[in-house]
Amino acid sequence: MRIAKKHDSSVLEGDLTPMIDMTFQLIAFFMVLINFTQSESNDKVQLPDSELAKPPETVLENFRIIHLGEDGTAVMGTKQEHYKGLRSALEIQYREIQFGGEEPALTTIVIRAHKNAKGGMVQELIQICQEAGFESFALRAEENVNSGFKYISPVPVGG
Amino acid sequence: MQIRNANNSGEKIELQMTPMIDIVFQLLVFFIMTFKIVSMEGDFNIRMPAAAPQAAPPEQMDFPPMKLYLSADADGTLTGIQLNESQPTSFQALNQEIQKLVGTDGGPGARESAEIEIGFDYDLRYEFVIGAVTAVSGTKTTQGDVVKLIEKIRFNTPEAPE
Repeated sequence: MRIAKKHDSSVLEGDLTPMIDMTFQLIAFFMVLINFTQSESNDKVQLPDSELAKPPETVLENFRIIHLGEDGTAVMGTKQEHYKGLRSALEIQYREIQFGGEEPALTTIVIRAHKNAKGGMVQELIQICQEAGFESFALRAEENVNSGFKYISPVPVGG
Repeated sequence: MQIRNANNSGEKIELQMTPMIDIVFQLLVFFIMTFKIVSMEGDFNIRMPAAAPQAAPPEQMDFPPMKLYLSADADGTLTGIQLNESQPTSFQALNQEIQKLVGTDGGPGARESAEIEIGFDYDLRYEFVIGAVTAVSGTKTTQGDVVKLIEKIRFNTPEAPE
């Protein structure tokens, strides 16, 4: 009987260089694309889209974001309650901005409302902000990549 | 003078790749898990002071403020558009009407001085409000450039739901 020849004790090593190259490229890809502005978004809010909604060329310096859900729940910072109860929180914000040496009138209230929220709720929210002293607002919408108007004919002709 | 041992020069120094690959894969998994495709967002700026200064009488203004009203049914679906005296049947028609008013027929400076007050039924879904704001605030050319129309947009005071 033939005895098998003993294998060489040296370890067989594959070439790891292509795999490491590829992995580093993937990491670089994800690092470049990672979005650190996730804090501005809210999972409950699905924005309406608009073909004119372009990211601003200049970054807003002083702003507060209010998320308005479909059911009227508003989120501002860490505070979450019905939008009608935001008055006191907005007044506190107003005073904080004043104490910080900034001009509250120049602070923009960014409203991120759900696309199915009632328009009247957005109107009322703006009014509550006005009563608290704010006067500059920004209605946020999602960029619509398709050209043209989404709602070509929302009104029945002759109706 | 001491002569170095020539046997050392032939030895291959091997780096430990395992810890590096471990870390690299952990980083990769972290970035993949936290990756989220977010569509771009933009703002429509509206300046609405609570106590607005008294506007000049319409006859003294270059361009009297326009009034736009959007009607809705109980579901919040848009049922009618009223711009001053006309009734455009779609946002596209509204946009064309605004272009006529402030673009060609409005004369020089009409776009800068044009002002519109938007009112709507309480139940109207917000997406229609943004649709109307889009239609009055600008238009997109075939080249993809945005032509601004009305920049001074304000909402009327809300009416309580029935």
